[in-house]
Amino acid sequence: MLKIENLHASINGKEILKGVNLEINPGEVHAIMGPNGAGKSTLSSIIAGKEIYEVTAGKITFDGINLLELAPEERACAGVFMGFQYPIEIPGVSMVNFMRTAVNEHRKYRGQEPLLAADFLKLMRDKKALVEIDSKLTNRSVNEGFSGGEKKKNEIFQMAMLEPKLAVLDETDSGLDIDALRIVANGVNKLKTKDNATIVITHYQRLLDYIVPDFVHVLYQGKIVKTAGKELALELEDKGYDWIKKQFD
Amino acid sequence: MIIKEEIKNIVSEFEALHSGQFASVVAATPAFLKNIYNQSIAKFKSIGLPNRKNENYKYLDIANLFTKNYEKAITPTQVKVDINDIFKCDVPELDTNAIIILNGFYFSPDGNKINTLPSGAVVGSLSQAIIDYPELVEKYLNKSAEKSDEGLVALNSAFIQDGVFIYVPKDAKLEKPLQIIHLMMESKSIMAQHRNLFVFEEGSEGKVVICDHSLSPSEFLTNSVSEIFAAENAKIEVVRMQNEHNSSKQLTNTFIDQQKDSDVIINTLTLHGGTVRNNLFVNLNDEGCQNRAYGLNLTDRNQQVDNYVYINHAKPNCHSTQLYKGVLDDEAKGAFSGRIFVAPDAQKTEAFQNNNTMLLTDDAQMRSKPQLEIYADDVKCSHGSTSGQLDEDALFYMKARGIGDKEARMLLMFAFAHEIISKISVEPLFERVNNLVEKRLRGEMSRCNNCMMACDTNQKNN
Repeated sequence: MLKIENLHASINGKEILKGVNLEINPGEVHAIMGPNGAGKSTLSSIIAGKEIYEVTAGKITFDGINLLELAPEERACAGVFMGFQYPIEIPGVSMVNFMRTAVNEHRKYRGQEPLLAADFLKLMRDKKALVEIDSKLTNRSVNEGFSGGEKKKNEIFQMAMLEPKLAVLDETDSGLDIDALRIVANGVNKLKTKDNATIVITHYQRLLDYIVPDFVHVLYQGKIVKTAGKELALELEDKGYDWIKKQFD
Repeated sequence: MIIKEEIKNIVSEFEALHSGQFASVVAATPAFLKNIYNQSIAKFKSIGLPNRKNENYKYLDIANLFTKNYEKAITPTQVKVDINDIFKCDVPELDTNAIIILNGFYFSPDGNKINTLPSGAVVGSLSQAIIDYPELVEKYLNKSAEKSDEGLVALNSAFIQDGVFIYVPKDAKLEKPLQIIHLMMESKSIMAQHRNLFVFEEGSEGKVVICDHSLSPSEFLTNSVSEIFAAENAKIEVVRMQNEHNSSKQLTNTFIDQQKDSDVIINTLTLHGGTVRNNLFVNLNDEGCQNRAYGLNLTDRNQQVDNYVYINHAKPNCHSTQLYKGVLDDEAKGAFSGRIFVAPDAQKTEAFQNNNTMLLTDDAQMRSKPQLEIYADDVKCSHGSTSGQLDEDALFYMKARGIGDKEARMLLMFAFAHEIISKISVEPLFERVNNLVEKRLRGEMSRCNNCMMACDTNQKNN
């Protein structure tokens, strides 16, 4: 589904990614871990299409198409979802209007008619229940005045609405208390099918108690330096990143 | 910049018109009005027209707008076609009592120039009211405006002929919103100056919608004055929608005079227009008054929109809010100048002023000057101003959800403008304005009438 080959990227002339290789297949959950500054958020931003990064070498293909040639909105419509580490507040744009526009832009991309108002509202209701998000939140402006936990729940709600093939969740666990973490993780698990895939980017092993990965990758100094099964996360929790750092510094 | 000598010439031309052709047209006018004429023309002569040397007009050379040779509309326009054929208000569910002012004069196809509504309110032509209700008109006409030292106001007062007269008696409520449609339609370039007088007596209530339109592609200059009197406990909402073409110059001067516990909302939406200057003067003359003034301008190409607001907190315990927003595209220019004046004994005043502008290009320009002048020591006042671009992070967030660049920008701009639109309480109008603003922001035609003449586009000298 997603294939990243020898990806090099820099910002303001400083190289952050130095040859990342990663392959994700349908039905898989991948966790990317690593110390601060390893390039984890850079990788997710590049997949989503943030323009401040310059890709200097390598390629990313998604379902056989060159992802790097697509605009961010085209990537989203093609089925790539990015869960933001810091979701943006958009005062004055209601959640309903935001989601209706997003859903209908996805439909347009697939050559479908826009959803009827009643069908859309039903979809909202169903997905709200699925991810356990409060109706009060979806009646407000996008993320405006939401707590950290509410913002992250809202990301999962949007993911449920848009049903992406590939979700990249960038430190979705940061700033969450244990209850919110459970709700967010449950949402992700419920949305899992044999046809979609998830990349979970995290610092800590804790989230992976709830979202069980098939593969754990360690990103360090702009490269994936280690890949293993879920037991790697436990090992990292136990030994810390110094253990990895020593091997590569 | 236009120089003093040129202003003198313009003033002299108006004087000649005043003592010549105009004097003969208004020969039968009652004495009180003739007094207004004489005082006002003398005042106009001494003040003249503002140019950029005037601090309040620093960014818009008003005098320069008068250098073009407009024919002055001092007699009603004879219309050969049925105006209903070419103009139909396109707010279908807007259940209003509609009044048309054509080139500054009350337009009445059936000759009926003034009506008494079931509520007891009197609504119609000012010129007819001068004949039918001379005492009422004399009591109020020019009473706010005469205190002003604006040349434009004196100019309008020197030539008062017609406009809309509204009188709502004590405790009466206007059944429906009144809709005033100011139309400019002429094959020549003309200047018109209508004069509106709204009197709301004690405890009365009403909503007034004012629409400014241009229907033919000629160049127009409008210099209008509206005086609004709100007696004790009166509640008034005025929504003004400005939608003229690129060759029009529109100058509005609105006076709001409020008495004890009165509540006035005025919302000025400038959707389109070549050059627009709105002056708003609010006097809070007694305790417990509330005034809310809102403005929104959507300005593109080389249009220019200036808003000036003066709020006089003369007495204690009054509340005022001003919120003006603008979206400027292309090479558009905008200016906002607001001044809240709090008199020495106006304690417990609450006054808040804000101006926010969104600049869509590097060439758009906004000048903003919110000001507070406070002489009392126990007040709550604030003022602020922002100008900025669309939030790039918010744009990316929307794109990451599949929303394209154009649509994402639209959503953000609309969200920005919506705060002002949401203040409109006239229901179907609110919906329609929402719609119009969206169309306008999308760069589609924003004309809100089924006008057959596409005078909006392909203007020379726009």
